[in-house]
Amino acid sequence: MRPEISQKIGFSLFKLSLFITLFFLGTILWFIAIRGYRVISWEFLTTGPREAMTEGGVAPAIIGTFYLVLGSLIISGPLGVGCAIYLCEYNPPGPIANIIKASINNLAGVPSVVFGLFGLGVFVKFFKFGVSLLSGSLTLGILSLPLVISSCQEALLAVPHSWREASLALGASRLETIKRVVLPAAFPGILTGFILSVGRVAGETAPIMFTAATFYMRGYPNSIFSEVMALPYHLYALMTEGIYPEKQVPIAYGCALVLLIVVLSISTVAIILRHRYRIAHGE
Amino acid sequence: MENKPSVRLQTIQVSFFYGEKKVLHNISLDIYQNSVTAIIGPSGCGKSTFIRLLNRMNDLIPGSRLQGTIMLDGQDIYQPQVNVVELRRKVGMVFQKPNPFPKSIFENVAYGPVVKGTRDRLLLQNIVEQSLRKSALWEEVKDRLYENALTLSGGQQQRLCIARCLAVEPEVILFDEPCASLDPIATQRIEELITELKKEYTIVIVTHNMQQAARVSDYTAFFWLGELVEFGRTEKIFTVPENKRTEEYLAGKFG
Repeated sequence: MRPEISQKIGFSLFKLSLFITLFFLGTILWFIAIRGYRVISWEFLTTGPREAMTEGGVAPAIIGTFYLVLGSLIISGPLGVGCAIYLCEYNPPGPIANIIKASINNLAGVPSVVFGLFGLGVFVKFFKFGVSLLSGSLTLGILSLPLVISSCQEALLAVPHSWREASLALGASRLETIKRVVLPAAFPGILTGFILSVGRVAGETAPIMFTAATFYMRGYPNSIFSEVMALPYHLYALMTEGIYPEKQVPIAYGCALVLLIVVLSISTVAIILRHRYRIAHGE
Repeated sequence: MENKPSVRLQTIQVSFFYGEKKVLHNISLDIYQNSVTAIIGPSGCGKSTFIRLLNRMNDLIPGSRLQGTIMLDGQDIYQPQVNVVELRRKVGMVFQKPNPFPKSIFENVAYGPVVKGTRDRLLLQNIVEQSLRKSALWEEVKDRLYENALTLSGGQQQRLCIARCLAVEPEVILFDEPCASLDPIATQRIEELITELKKEYTIVIVTHNMQQAARVSDYTAFFWLGELVEFGRTEKIFTVPENKRTEEYLAGKFG
């Protein structure tokens, strides 16, 4: 075959895969938006469910999801960054490093419902945190750790080695070098890792099912030991529980749309922050 | 015969290993106060590895091992009680590729002093100005000290790296092929600078450019396959080398 023709076929195939992917993404968004927007109103966003989930809104679930995301980030953020720094900057390569890395990857492969069971056994029962925001945040935090660690590691590895050498040669210790050169340079990448983990955590249902979430609550969570409502779990409840599916299903789509918007807006804020940071540092 | 200046740095029977591979063989070399010592030789002959031993930049390479002694002012710098941070403040280094931090010009030069604990703004400004003047960059950047250092040209970046090194007030400066990525005009400026700096500092420069070694250095060491083939005064090495290998290398027969 002539090279120009095979070239063209190649490009067309790649383009086609892109279009197919975009088509699915677009369809999902359109499908959810079309069915969800009808139920969305000020009342839907600011009040709780009423009349056995057939009326009212999803406000407690929005708040709950927000708290869970925040709580899990408080757990996985510092821990993940710490692990990544240790693995990238301190741990000499060798068999032990490989075992640690493999373990983290395996942790990433554990199904989320297993994390849920683990959370139930350890946080809810053993530590007696109960079904609570705290138990849920811990479970989600551990669930998202591998993601946070691996994206932080990528961010750290992307910092040119020559900057570390420059800093060391100027009489900075390794800790000073990490603090003053490596972390600031890796910050946008680390933020990207956090964004990914927010997206993952906000949508998880199984891990919070036994550890944090409740079908219904009056008012809002007022301590880290409160049960919370959460959007994905509320969505699940609307579709599987209750006795008025014809009224619940539209609310479920509304709930899905709100979940999408919450995740997208958290990501957008983080992306804007990252962009500002990059501009401020002249990249 | 002129008076020999005092020895600042001394390597005694230094060998260096990457794992099992021996990359430097029994190097014994004296580096004299207020002089420029050039280390020349073909690629892969161990010159960079050697110079990085002088401020312990190879410490972090896993599986590497040093044999022999390296003395700074008569003190073995590889003794466990030696503070590496202190050593590197005394023995500064400028790298092959300009490597300014993605920070402002000011922050780059002030980095060493700030890490050392200097917080006084006026003092820092003073250090930054003096260092930039010494590296002949002050006039070009005095109105843009707070711009990002990465906006400078390659040659300016390298002079910034020299200023950054000077700000720590080292006594010895190691240059690891400082002009390898620069154009001829930028190279000439760095060479002039090195000649100027030797009045105050002891300088070691690795270069693959023989003309550069001839222009800037007082002493030349020729490395080949990890061995020190010949060491002596530059004018002697370049005119009447004792070793046949040196002669052939300088004549461009291999390299």
